[in-house]
Amino acid sequence: MSSIMAARIKKKRIAQLIAHGKRLDERGPSDYREIQIEAGLIERAEGSARVRLGKTEVLVGVKIETGEPFLDTPNEGVLTVNAELVPLASPTFEAGPPDENSIELARIVDRGIRESKAIALETLCVEPGKTVFVVFVDVYVLNHDGNLIDASALASLAALLNTKMFNYEVKEGEVKIKPGYTPLPLRNHPVAVTFAKINDKLIVDPWLEEEQIMDARLTMTVDKDGKICALQKGGYGYFTTQQIFEAAKIAMEKTEELRKLVVKE
Amino acid sequence: MSQKKQEKLIDENGVRLDGRKVNELRGLKIEVGILGNADGSAYIEQGKNKILAAVYGPREVHPKHLALPDRALLRCRYHMAPFSVQERKSPAPSRREMELSKVIREALEPSVFTEYYPRTSIDLFIEVLQADGGTRCAGITVASLALADAGIPMRDLVAACAAGKIEGQIVLDLTDVEDKAGEADMPLAYMPNANAITLLQMDGMLPGEEFESMVNLAVEGCKQVYQLQKEALKAKYMASKEAVKEEATEE
Amino acid sequence: MPVFYERRQLVMPGDLLAENDYMTGENTYREDGKIYATRVGLVDYEERRVFVVALKAFYIPAVGDTIIGKVTEVGMSGWTIDIRAPYPALLRASDALERPFRPQQDDLPSIFDVGDLVIAKIVAYDRTRDPLLTILEPSLGKITRGQLVEVTPTKIPRVIGKKGSMITMLKQETGCQITIGQNGLILVSGKTPEDERLAIMAIRKIEREAHTSGLTDRVTEMIRKEKGEKEVVENVTKETRKTH
Repeated sequence: MSSIMAARIKKKRIAQLIAHGKRLDERGPSDYREIQIEAGLIERAEGSARVRLGKTEVLVGVKIETGEPFLDTPNEGVLTVNAELVPLASPTFEAGPPDENSIELARIVDRGIRESKAIALETLCVEPGKTVFVVFVDVYVLNHDGNLIDASALASLAALLNTKMFNYEVKEGEVKIKPGYTPLPLRNHPVAVTFAKINDKLIVDPWLEEEQIMDARLTMTVDKDGKICALQKGGYGYFTTQQIFEAAKIAMEKTEELRKLVVKE
Repeated sequence: MSQKKQEKLIDENGVRLDGRKVNELRGLKIEVGILGNADGSAYIEQGKNKILAAVYGPREVHPKHLALPDRALLRCRYHMAPFSVQERKSPAPSRREMELSKVIREALEPSVFTEYYPRTSIDLFIEVLQADGGTRCAGITVASLALADAGIPMRDLVAACAAGKIEGQIVLDLTDVEDKAGEADMPLAYMPNANAITLLQMDGMLPGEEFESMVNLAVEGCKQVYQLQKEALKAKYMASKEAVKEEATEE
Repeated sequence: MPVFYERRQLVMPGDLLAENDYMTGENTYREDGKIYATRVGLVDYEERRVFVVALKAFYIPAVGDTIIGKVTEVGMSGWTIDIRAPYPALLRASDALERPFRPQQDDLPSIFDVGDLVIAKIVAYDRTRDPLLTILEPSLGKITRGQLVEVTPTKIPRVIGKKGSMITMLKQETGCQITIGQNGLILVSGKTPEDERLAIMAIRKIEREAHTSGLTDRVTEMIRKEKGEKEVVENVTKETRKTH
C-alpha cells in the first residue's frame, strides 16, 4: 500500500502495546533503533555524514565559503543550517520552498550547534567586519521513517567532526587557498534526544507510525558536559511537568550513549 | 550600531535593569475585544511589548482541500511589524516567524475543542507591534483571550511566560537585552487545569540540575498571567454590564 | 455540595463549575469527574444539570431551525446562502420551486440573485456536510421588504421570551411583523418606518439587557414612552402652528 497512513486497527494496536510499556518492533520505551553512521562520503563537501536510524536516512553536507559577517558580530564566522525534506524521502513531501516542518527541523539542529558553541566561530574571521568564513550545514532527508530530528542532529555532528577546512592565506585582502587541510576544531558535541508521548507514556525515537498517533513530542539537546542547550516541544498535545522532568533524566543518559557512537575518544 | 557598554543585568540588591526582582513579571495590561471586524480579539502590553491578536472563525476553509474531515483546522500567523524592532525588519515572513507560528499554534491547539467544528478553519493572527523579548509568550497569552472573545469553546485558557538565566541567576520574564546577554531563555505555555505544558523551548546553556527550578519558575509565572487573563475577560463583561446599569438608571 | 459558583455568576473557559454527580449542560465539559466551562458566560444550575449561558457564541445549524440568509452564489442547480454560521448553506432548486426544476429553461438568478435575502428552514445537517435549506413551506421565501436586525444568536431565546411572551408583546406594541431567524437575524416589517424603528430599538435593548430580569415590562414601558413622546411632540407642533 502506498499510503503512509497506518490503518486504524494498527494504530490502536500500537497504542495498546505502549500502554503496557511495549512497542510494535519490540523495542523498550528507551531504546533507539539500529544506528549506522558513515562519514566523508561526499568528497566535494568539506565535511559530510550519513545516518541511518532504523529506516530513516539523513545525509548532511558541510560547505565552508567566505562571506560577510553579521553587523553585530564583525569578528565571528557565520553558521547557517538548512534542512530539505526532499520529495523522494516520503510521499508526503512536496517540492517547493521550505515549509514549517523543514524550517523547524533546521532551527532545532541549529540551536544545538550554536548554543553549545560547538564551532569556534571567532576563529573563522578573515578580516573583521569584512570577510569571515560561513559554515553551511545542509541537512538532506533521504528517507522519512520517523524521528528526523535526532537523525539530522546526529548526522550534523558527525559531518562537522568530519569537516576539514582548506588551508589559506590572506593576500591583498583576499583569501587564497593553499594546499592541505585542517580539521575544523569542534569544542562541543551536542546530541538530541526526541520523546513521543502516547497514552501518557514516554518513548524515545518514535518511528513513523508512532509519530502519527503521538499526542506530542519533546526534543532535548544536551552537550558533552550534561548542559541542556536546546528544547523543543512539538505536536498538538501537551506534557505534564512530571513528564518533562522524567524525560530530562532519560535524555541525560541517552545523549551520552548516542555521543559515543559519533565521537571516538 | 552595537552597544559595547557592558552593564550589569542584576545589581548587588538583586534588582534588574528595569527595576524588577528576579522572580517578578513585567507589568501587564490586557484589553479584550478591541477590534471591530474580527470574531474575537485582544491586546497586550507587557513591559515594552505591544501585541495584538485576532481570530476569525470557525469559518469555511480556503483553500478547500486543506479542510479536515473530523475537526477544525487551526491556523496561526505570528508576524512582526517592520517597525517593531530596533533595526527595521522586512515585512516578508522570516524563518523565525514561521517556526514561531508553528509552535504557537501547537501551544493553543490542545485548548480548543476543534473536534466540534469539522471542515472549518479557525484563523489566528498575532501581530507584534513592538517587541522587547518574550513576544511568543505574550502572543500566546493574548491569542488565547482572542479565542475566548470569539466564543470558541475551550478547555482552558493558555497562559505563557518565559524563565531564564542571567548572570548566574534564574529569573522570570526576560527582556530582549536580558535574553541576548543571558545564559538561557526558556519560553513556556501552560494550561493550569490539566497541569499541561503546551509550549516548551529553550536556547542557551543550562546545567541539568537547574532545569527543574527553571521550569517551576516559568509555571509560576504562567499562573500569575492566567489570573490576569481572567481579570481582563471579567473587565470586558463588567464594562458592558456597567453600560446597561447606566441606561437602566437613566430611565 | 460540589458546586463552586452561585447562579448567574460570570464564568470563563476553564473555570471549575461542579464535581461528580452533576450532568453537563451546554457550554461545559467533563474531565476526571470535574465539570468546567468552555465559554465566557453566566453559569446556572437546574436540578442536577449545570450549564453556561454564553455571552458570545456563533450559530451552529440545527435541523428544523428557521433562518434568514443572504445569497452569495448562484450555482448550476441551486444557491449558496450565507447564514452567518461556520458553514455555508445550500438551497437546491428542487427545494425552492413548487414544480420540477428544468435546468435548460429555468433561469436561477431571476428567482434568487446574489444579495437577495431569504427566510428558509434547515432540512438536513450533519458533521459530514453543509446545511441544506428549503423554502417550500408557508412564510418562507424571498424577503422583499422590512429591515434586518443582527443579534448574537444566544440572545434569540430572550427575544422570543417564555412561551413567546416577549415577541408577542413586541408585535402588539409596534404593530410590526417580526420574523425570527435562529441564526441571529430578525426581520422587522412594519406599516411605517417609525413602527420599524421602535421594534428595532426594542430588540437592541433586549440584546443588551438579556441577562437581567423584568425585561419584558421594561421594554414595554420603553416602547410606550417612545410612542407617547412622539404623540406629545406631534401635539405640541400642532399647537405651536395654531398660535402662529
